[in-house]
Amino acid sequence: MSDSPAEAAAETGSPAVRFLPRTELQTLLDELRRRGYTIIGPTLAQQAIVYDEIARVDQLPQGWTDVQGPGTYRLERRNDEAWFGYVVGPHSWKRFLFPPLFTVASAERTERGWKFQTPEDEPPAYAFLGVRACELAAMAVQDRVLRDGPYQDPAYARRRSAALLIAVNCTQAASTCFCTSMQTGPQCTAGFDLALTELPDGFEVEIGSDRGAGVLAACATSAVADEQRRAAAALRQRAAEQQTRPFDARDVPELLQRRLTHPQWEDVGARCLSCTNCTMVCPTCFCCSVDDVEDLVTGAVERQRRWDSCFNPEFSVMNGTQVRHDTPSRYRQWLTHKLSTWHDQFGTSGCVGCGRCITWCPVGIDLRAEVDAMRESAP
Amino acid sequence: MTSTDPWRIHAVEIRSVTPELEGLFTYRLKLTSPLPRDAYRFEPGQFNMLYVPGVGEAAISMSGDAESGGGWVHTVRVVGNVTGALARLQVGDQLGVRGPFGAGWPLAAWRGKDLVLVAGGLGLAPLRTVVYHVLRHRGDFGRVWLLIAARSPDRLIYRSEYADWEQHDLDVQTTVDRAPADWTGTVGVSTLLLDRLPLRDPAHTHVATCGPEVMMRYVARSAENRGIAPDRIWVSLERNMQCATGLCGHCQLGPAFVCKDGPVFRYDRMRPFLAVEAL
Repeated sequence: MSDSPAEAAAETGSPAVRFLPRTELQTLLDELRRRGYTIIGPTLAQQAIVYDEIARVDQLPQGWTDVQGPGTYRLERRNDEAWFGYVVGPHSWKRFLFPPLFTVASAERTERGWKFQTPEDEPPAYAFLGVRACELAAMAVQDRVLRDGPYQDPAYARRRSAALLIAVNCTQAASTCFCTSMQTGPQCTAGFDLALTELPDGFEVEIGSDRGAGVLAACATSAVADEQRRAAAALRQRAAEQQTRPFDARDVPELLQRRLTHPQWEDVGARCLSCTNCTMVCPTCFCCSVDDVEDLVTGAVERQRRWDSCFNPEFSVMNGTQVRHDTPSRYRQWLTHKLSTWHDQFGTSGCVGCGRCITWCPVGIDLRAEVDAMRESAP
Repeated sequence: MTSTDPWRIHAVEIRSVTPELEGLFTYRLKLTSPLPRDAYRFEPGQFNMLYVPGVGEAAISMSGDAESGGGWVHTVRVVGNVTGALARLQVGDQLGVRGPFGAGWPLAAWRGKDLVLVAGGLGLAPLRTVVYHVLRHRGDFGRVWLLIAARSPDRLIYRSEYADWEQHDLDVQTTVDRAPADWTGTVGVSTLLLDRLPLRDPAHTHVATCGPEVMMRYVARSAENRGIAPDRIWVSLERNMQCATGLCGHCQLGPAFVCKDGPVFRYDRMRPFLAVEAL
């Protein structure tokens, strides 16, 4: 038997799986930093679990969990010391791969006119720690939108190719989770460098790439005992079983196209505050605007791209008039894009079932309920 | 696949400004740095993003000759901040251009066919690229009609060129909503002209239209009544465009990014979405 996990995998033909003791997680972080990665992981801030730069395991939300429902998010103490015993918070990795504010071009005055430049920034190589299955799926969606189409967002592509992904399988689900319906989770099956399942005394680690194997090689790992393997599988299964609300997404793309004038849009539009929260927390929403920001001293101009939202009234303005002039039409744009026309545009749903739009909606609109209402009655 | 950054801006200099109407100007723009011979190549129906630094960008359709190589030609109506700032620039001033972008008119599909071009107001600007193409390749097309509608005779743009176009065997017809006493031409909407056009063979006739959306829907209806199937009717649509590359989301109409999948669309593909209010 070989010592190298990657070689072991090649020999057996099955994914290489190792056991990483709890005490070795810090070694993993140290190795990532030694290799020049900027580690982004879950932290506690503003009464939520959010993603931020970390260097030490004591910055992780140890012993905390999140309780979520429509319009509700609350942290609670766990009765154990799990580091990854929560689901997802308001942040997604989108904010690092597709920054909320980014200079796409600049203009400098010259003697006769203007000199234009597109800055080639050198982003940090990120190591994301704690990526959930639905978030891996969201990255795959954004890859199609921002990287793999006829036009590429170069800033996204640079960040994405440098990023190392350490996924952590969910071992529980929130009431807002529906990854099983969207077939994006809860188990991480592809797209990661390492995938961890947290056990009381350590992690079952699945190696997804040579890069992942290289990082893990710096840690003292051991073979996974059958008992540990069974325990990890049972925890992952729990995250699936806790998703009890049925949502049949299969025919939704066609269904919504038949419901473009359904009265339910008025109904949900009367509740929706058009606040843009759902689009800001969504890990796949990519809408943005570019504004000119001028330095009043030098006259130099930066073209700054910022996240925008189809819920903003100005979003659809054409020749001074809003094409989508009320909240029902804006909600319809968001939901039909996310669940229906995204398929036409990118060959996939724009929804990964993470439930953030439900949790962070201030009035608790659940997109699943809106679809169900339109399914039940013809217009 | 493009390998270049979609946000890359080219500096251009204004070489000429031609006032067309009040608040409507035609600009000829030339790149400031030496570029390859085909630098100004575009497909009729495409558009550029014109950029006034410190103000912003506006999507403006090409309205010049795609094969002249003499620079970008754009006819711009002053409607907002960017076009307003553009109107304050003069010959010799510089601005930025990104482009060309979008899917243009399907010239290959039109070869050997009769063609009805229907323009409303400034909608003639993107259709003029087709006119210039037809003039250069007149033998590729059968009969070609150009139906131009404007609010009043003094709102007809490019009027000095109509005689030349007619000499090249284009049947140019005009109509206006309101006419002064000395107007001897047609009064009424563009479909009035289309309804009575002596089509030879509707099954081999294509219609291309650009103008207000409501006008284009009526043009399409009229064309269908004349036996021209909706898969041979082409419309040039307009929406809020910011990135021009399908990456910002603003211009969506149903499944389409108007900037990237259009602005020229086959009518039967967009009709269901144009029919829904505020989509």
